[in-house]
Amino acid sequence: MADVVVERGRVARATGARKGKSLRNALGRKSTVAFFLTLPLILLIALLVLYPAFYSLYLATLNKAMTKFVGLGNFTFLFKRETFWMVVQQSCIFAITAVIFKALIGFIVAHFVHNIPGKKQRKWRGMLLVPWVIPPAMSTLAWLWLFDPSYSAFNYTLSFFGVGPIPWLGDTFWARFSVILVNVWYGAPFFLIMYLAALKSVPDQLYEAAAIDGANWWQKIWHITLPMMRNIIAITTLFSLIVTFANFDIVRILTSGGPLDTTHLFATWAFQVGIQSSDIPLGACVSLFMVPILAVAAIFILRDVTKRGNEA
Amino acid sequence: MADVALRKVVKRYDDVEAVRGIDLDIADHEFIVLVGPSGCGKSTTLRMIAGLEDISDGDIMIGGDVVNDVPPKDRDIAMVFQNYALYPHMTVAENMSFGLRLKHYPKAEIKARVTEAARLLDITDLIDRKPKQLSGGQRQRVAMGRAIVRNPKVFLFDEPLSNLDAKLRVQMRIEIKKVHQKVRTTTVYVTHDQVEAMTLADRVVVMNKGRIEQIGTPNELYHKPATHFVAGFIGSPAMNFIPCRLEDVGGALQLRLTDRIAFALPPARAARYSALPRTDKLLLGIRPEHLTESHAHLGPGVEPFDTVLDVTEPMGMETLVYFGLDGTPVCGRVDPNAGATDGAPMRLAMDLNNMHLLNEETGVVL
Repeated sequence: MADVVVERGRVARATGARKGKSLRNALGRKSTVAFFLTLPLILLIALLVLYPAFYSLYLATLNKAMTKFVGLGNFTFLFKRETFWMVVQQSCIFAITAVIFKALIGFIVAHFVHNIPGKKQRKWRGMLLVPWVIPPAMSTLAWLWLFDPSYSAFNYTLSFFGVGPIPWLGDTFWARFSVILVNVWYGAPFFLIMYLAALKSVPDQLYEAAAIDGANWWQKIWHITLPMMRNIIAITTLFSLIVTFANFDIVRILTSGGPLDTTHLFATWAFQVGIQSSDIPLGACVSLFMVPILAVAAIFILRDVTKRGNEA
Repeated sequence: MADVALRKVVKRYDDVEAVRGIDLDIADHEFIVLVGPSGCGKSTTLRMIAGLEDISDGDIMIGGDVVNDVPPKDRDIAMVFQNYALYPHMTVAENMSFGLRLKHYPKAEIKARVTEAARLLDITDLIDRKPKQLSGGQRQRVAMGRAIVRNPKVFLFDEPLSNLDAKLRVQMRIEIKKVHQKVRTTTVYVTHDQVEAMTLADRVVVMNKGRIEQIGTPNELYHKPATHFVAGFIGSPAMNFIPCRLEDVGGALQLRLTDRIAFALPPARAARYSALPRTDKLLLGIRPEHLTESHAHLGPGVEPFDTVLDVTEPMGMETLVYFGLDGTPVCGRVDPNAGATDGAPMRLAMDLNNMHLLNEETGVVL
């Protein structure tokens, strides 16, 4: 009997020791340490991203007074409104056109800057980056004055050529043109700087080899530069597409969505519906629509990047 | 295929002259190696032939036509770069066929040429791989393949083997020689490695400080160097240079190395050097293999002397011995069984039939 008790005690002690050991092992493991090191960031993201995201999901299911759960009622309501479809259309036009022009201009200017020798290049790089470093809300105010129909610099200059006055922000076409123009002006330097970095990473000898192989400048761009920059182009485009799609300040300041809501983007319309018209659930609902559209774009572009990352 | 000629070619970068007026004639089918220390202008010369650098002065002719202002793509040349410069996003086949595709060759011919070049270089199995999946030696072969498929007038090689390890370098060296024997394209090859230069070249061009020091076959350069620089650059271990002076002793000409050591010159050498002013500062140039262990039956012109060895390096087939002559370090090559030991005295013999005499100030071999 006594033997059994002693035996039991030993077993119990042994299990206790094993538990302590496995806990120590778990704490010592690299993955555990890594987890604890990233924990502050994970908490921060949870607090600033996940909480608002789920809160807006919750809000989107309430009625206007936020007293009753209406399920998908707000969504079905949106689908029936013409303005909503116009916003979808305008957001796509705005984002795609602006990104294409930003990428094109960034690419072309990056080539010019790349070919400027040493010290001068730093100066040009600095100057060309200015639009990107000015807070867009401020620079857009300057553009607002430039676009003024009656006494602005643009229309004044055009009057010498017998053109205009153009209702820059008063006509649907010109208002859309103007918001895209300002967005391109603001965003192109980002592309410029990314492409310039990518250009610098292409070894000169590849161009020399191509020159000897008989490539002209256009063939060098097509067969060497573009393929070498593919990943940077994809990532920059995706990033810019997301930021442009979610743009708020430029449209808000230039047109406030007008004329007749034709320049509204998701963000500005969500603001108008949610804050200005005090229908927060509907506003949350509008802004949630950006998620699936951007998610699809992200999956497509990033999938391509990882694929090429593996093969390269 | 074509011959290449350089006429007083100069390259200036701002106020620095990298290449200072060189003249060079390269015959059709010839394998020429430009060799020299870094910064001697050899790569710049090659790049000027390629058209990747403008020439500041002079003329470059390929196949008799002046190509000074012809862009690289119209010179009908192919170049192999030090770091291969393969297009990383293209497969081996695409890399090799790039030039042909740009010139819109028919697909069947491109395929035939690529297959043929791949067979020649033994890379047929790698044809669908990307450069990243290849080893250094394989990349080098692909780079050569890219040059061969074009069937150009001239091949240019810019230090193609310096990124490879020693063993692979020897292997690829033979490979390059074999390829040249098969395709017989005029080749200009740049290297800083004198062994590569000696083993590959029909003729070697030794360059230093933007000038050509000497042009000649590997044997000519080795046995009849024209300058101090060439004598010291070609050969490993390098030639010994020992300060010396000429003395007339009883009607015979004698070479004095130290207070203790002086040798009577062999008759042929004595005749050659007798007219030299006795006051000139001279250097005796003697290769290590002409400083061997002494024995009882030394031939004419081989003179024995005693010294104390500092260090010995047994290399297996030979032993290198290092000693000093009045403070000048000297290297000799002795038989491994000659009993050379560190710090021990030894009797060596100098073969004066293979000596060189240099003017210390002008660097000219007399």
